[in-house]
Amino acid sequence: MVGDTSILFQIAGIGIVVAMIHTVLKQMGKEEFAQFVSLVGFIIVLIFVINSISDLFEQIRAVFFFRG
Amino acid sequence: MGIFEVVSIGIVAAVLVLLLKDKQPAIAYLIIVLTVLYFFIFLIQYVNEILQLVTYLGEEANIQSFYIKTILQIIGISYIAEIGSNIVKDAGLESVAFKIELVGKIFILILAIPIFQSLIETIINLFPMS
Repeated sequence: MVGDTSILFQIAGIGIVVAMIHTVLKQMGKEEFAQFVSLVGFIIVLIFVINSISDLFEQIRAVFFFRG
Repeated sequence: MGIFEVVSIGIVAAVLVLLLKDKQPAIAYLIIVLTVLYFFIFLIQYVNEILQLVTYLGEEANIQSFYIKTILQIIGISYIAEIGSNIVKDAGLESVAFKIELVGKIFILILAIPIFQSLIETIINLFPMS
Protein backbone atom coordinates (compact mmCIF):
# COMPACT_ATOMS: atom_id res chain seq x y z
CA MET A 1 0.00 0.00 0.00
CA VAL A 2 0.97 3.60 -0.18
CA GLY A 3 3.52 4.46 2.46
CA ASP A 4 3.24 6.84 5.33
CA THR A 5 1.25 9.76 3.92
CA SER A 6 1.06 11.80 7.11
CA ILE A 7 4.28 13.36 5.82
CA LEU A 8 2.18 15.33 3.33
CA PHE A 9 0.23 16.98 6.14
CA GLN A 10 3.45 17.46 8.05
CA ILE A 11 5.01 19.35 5.16
CA ALA A 12 1.87 21.41 4.59
CA GLY A 13 1.93 22.28 8.30
CA ILE A 14 5.57 23.34 8.05
CA GLY A 15 4.68 25.44 5.03
CA ILE A 16 1.78 27.19 6.78
CA VAL A 17 3.82 27.88 9.93
CA VAL A 18 6.71 29.21 7.88
CA ALA A 19 4.37 31.43 5.87
CA MET A 20 2.89 32.78 9.12
CA ILE A 21 6.30 33.49 10.64
CA HIS A 22 7.35 35.08 7.36
CA THR A 23 4.34 37.40 7.40
CA VAL A 24 4.81 38.35 11.05
CA LEU A 25 8.52 39.08 10.63
CA LYS A 26 7.79 41.11 7.52
CA GLN A 27 5.20 43.16 9.41
CA MET A 28 7.80 43.81 12.11
CA GLY A 29 10.14 45.11 9.44
CA LYS A 30 12.74 42.32 9.65
CA GLU A 31 12.97 41.35 6.01
CA GLU A 32 16.25 39.46 6.38
CA PHE A 33 14.97 37.21 9.17
CA ALA A 34 11.83 36.56 7.16
CA GLN A 35 13.88 35.42 4.18
CA PHE A 36 16.05 33.29 6.45
CA VAL A 37 13.07 31.55 8.04
CA SER A 38 11.66 30.89 4.59
CA LEU A 39 14.96 29.35 3.50
CA VAL A 40 15.23 27.13 6.57
CA GLY A 41 11.68 25.85 6.10
CA PHE A 42 12.43 25.07 2.50
CA ILE A 43 15.59 23.16 3.43
CA ILE A 44 13.76 21.09 6.06
CA VAL A 45 11.13 20.09 3.53
CA LEU A 46 13.82 19.44 0.95
CA ILE A 47 15.43 16.89 3.27
CA PHE A 48 12.16 14.91 3.38
CA VAL A 49 11.93 14.99 -0.38
CA ILE A 50 15.56 13.94 -0.84
CA ASN A 51 14.98 10.93 1.40
CA SER A 52 11.98 9.98 -0.66
CA ILE A 53 13.86 10.36 -3.94
CA SER A 54 16.68 8.17 -2.65
CA ASP A 55 14.13 5.58 -1.55
CA LEU A 56 12.52 5.55 -4.98
CA PHE A 57 15.84 5.25 -6.82
CA GLU A 58 16.91 2.37 -4.60
CA GLN A 59 13.64 0.58 -5.32
CA ILE A 60 13.93 1.10 -9.07
CA ARG A 61 17.53 -0.06 -9.02
CA ALA A 62 16.59 -3.18 -7.07
CA VAL A 63 13.71 -3.99 -9.40
CA PHE A 64 15.22 -3.26 -12.79
CA PHE A 65 18.98 -3.34 -12.74
CA PHE A 66 20.23 -6.15 -10.55
CA ARG A 67 18.20 -9.01 -11.80
CA GLY A 68 17.49 -10.89 -14.99
CA MET B 1 -8.24 -1.17 -2.64
CA GLY B 2 -5.15 0.73 -3.63
CA ILE B 3 -6.86 2.92 -6.20
CA PHE B 4 -9.01 4.71 -3.61
CA GLU B 5 -5.97 5.52 -1.54
CA VAL B 6 -4.12 6.87 -4.55
CA VAL B 7 -7.01 9.06 -5.67
CA SER B 8 -7.68 10.42 -2.20
CA ILE B 9 -4.00 11.18 -1.63
CA GLY B 10 -3.94 13.00 -4.96
CA ILE B 11 -6.93 15.12 -3.99
CA VAL B 12 -5.47 15.90 -0.56
CA ALA B 13 -2.16 16.89 -2.14
CA ALA B 14 -3.98 19.15 -4.61
CA VAL B 15 -5.82 20.92 -1.79
CA LEU B 16 -2.62 21.36 0.24
CA VAL B 17 -0.80 22.73 -2.79
CA LEU B 18 -3.61 25.20 -3.45
CA LEU B 19 -3.38 26.28 0.18
CA LEU B 20 0.35 26.93 0.02
CA LYS B 21 0.86 28.08 -3.54
CA ASP B 22 0.63 31.84 -3.12
CA LYS B 23 2.48 32.02 0.21
CA GLN B 24 5.27 29.50 -0.23
CA PRO B 25 5.55 28.33 -3.84
CA ALA B 26 8.74 26.33 -3.22
CA ILE B 27 7.21 24.21 -0.46
CA ALA B 28 4.07 23.71 -2.53
CA TYR B 29 6.26 22.44 -5.36
CA LEU B 30 8.02 20.05 -2.99
CA ILE B 31 4.62 18.69 -1.94
CA ILE B 32 3.90 17.97 -5.59
CA VAL B 33 7.25 16.22 -5.97
CA LEU B 34 6.68 14.15 -2.85
CA THR B 35 3.25 13.05 -4.05
CA VAL B 36 4.64 12.00 -7.41
CA LEU B 37 7.41 10.04 -5.69
CA TYR B 38 4.91 8.28 -3.43
CA PHE B 39 2.85 7.23 -6.38
CA PHE B 40 5.87 5.88 -8.17
CA ILE B 41 7.06 3.96 -5.10
CA PHE B 42 3.53 2.55 -4.86
CA LEU B 43 3.61 1.63 -8.55
CA ILE B 44 7.03 0.01 -8.51
CA GLN B 45 5.87 -2.80 -6.20
CA TYR B 46 3.30 -3.94 -8.73
CA VAL B 47 5.73 -3.51 -11.61
CA ASN B 48 8.04 -5.81 -9.68
CA GLU B 49 5.46 -8.60 -9.75
CA ILE B 50 4.90 -8.15 -13.48
CA LEU B 51 8.63 -8.25 -14.12
CA GLN B 52 8.93 -11.46 -12.13
CA LEU B 53 6.35 -12.94 -14.49
CA VAL B 54 8.33 -11.68 -17.51
CA THR B 55 11.56 -13.15 -16.18
CA TYR B 56 9.84 -16.46 -15.46
CA LEU B 57 8.40 -16.60 -18.97
CA GLY B 58 11.79 -15.81 -20.45
CA GLU B 59 13.40 -18.63 -18.51
CA GLU B 60 10.69 -21.06 -19.58
CA ALA B 61 11.13 -20.06 -23.21
CA ASN B 62 14.92 -20.48 -22.99
CA ILE B 63 15.64 -16.91 -23.97
CA GLN B 64 19.15 -15.80 -23.11
CA SER B 65 19.10 -13.93 -19.82
CA PHE B 66 21.14 -11.16 -21.43
CA TYR B 67 18.21 -10.06 -23.58
CA ILE B 68 15.74 -10.05 -20.69
CA LYS B 69 18.20 -8.06 -18.60
CA THR B 70 18.63 -5.48 -21.34
CA ILE B 71 14.90 -5.09 -21.73
CA LEU B 72 14.46 -4.64 -17.97
CA GLN B 73 17.19 -2.01 -17.93
CA ILE B 74 15.52 -0.19 -20.79
CA ILE B 75 12.23 -0.16 -18.91
CA GLY B 76 14.02 1.12 -15.80
CA ILE B 77 15.71 3.92 -17.70
CA SER B 78 12.43 4.96 -19.25
CA TYR B 79 10.73 5.03 -15.83
CA ILE B 80 13.48 7.17 -14.29
CA ALA B 81 13.55 9.52 -17.27
CA GLU B 82 9.77 9.84 -17.11
CA ILE B 83 9.82 10.69 -13.39
CA GLY B 84 12.60 13.22 -13.80
CA SER B 85 11.08 14.90 -16.81
CA ASN B 86 7.65 15.10 -15.16
CA ILE B 87 9.06 16.63 -11.98
CA VAL B 88 11.10 19.18 -13.91
CA LYS B 89 8.13 19.95 -16.13
CA ASP B 90 6.03 20.68 -13.04
CA ALA B 91 8.54 23.35 -12.10
CA GLY B 92 8.01 24.93 -15.51
CA LEU B 93 11.33 24.03 -17.13
CA GLU B 94 10.08 22.55 -20.38
CA SER B 95 13.43 22.58 -22.13
CA VAL B 96 15.27 20.77 -19.31
CA ALA B 97 12.51 18.17 -19.22
CA PHE B 98 12.89 17.63 -22.94
CA LYS B 99 16.64 17.18 -22.55
CA ILE B 100 16.13 14.59 -19.82
CA GLU B 101 13.84 12.66 -22.14
CA LEU B 102 16.42 12.95 -24.91
CA VAL B 103 19.19 11.58 -22.70
CA GLY B 104 16.91 8.69 -21.71
CA LYS B 105 16.23 7.89 -25.35
CA ILE B 106 19.91 7.97 -26.26
CA PHE B 107 20.81 5.68 -23.34
CA ILE B 108 18.10 3.26 -24.39
CA LEU B 109 19.53 3.27 -27.91
CA ILE B 110 23.01 2.55 -26.56
CA LEU B 111 21.68 -0.35 -24.47
CA ALA B 112 19.91 -1.76 -27.51
CA ILE B 113 23.04 -1.79 -29.69
CA PRO B 114 24.21 -5.34 -28.78
CA ILE B 115 20.76 -6.79 -29.49
CA PHE B 116 20.66 -4.98 -32.81
CA GLN B 117 24.14 -6.26 -33.64
CA SER B 118 23.16 -9.86 -32.96
CA LEU B 119 20.07 -9.39 -35.11
CA ILE B 120 22.19 -8.13 -37.98
CA GLU B 121 24.60 -11.05 -37.56
CA THR B 122 21.72 -13.51 -37.65
CA ILE B 123 20.38 -11.98 -40.85
CA ILE B 124 23.81 -12.06 -42.45
CA ASN B 125 24.19 -15.71 -41.48
CA LEU B 126 20.83 -16.49 -43.06
CA PHE B 127 22.04 -15.24 -46.40
CA PRO B 128 25.62 -16.42 -46.69
CA MET B 129 27.68 -14.17 -48.88
CA SER B 130 30.09 -15.94 -51.15
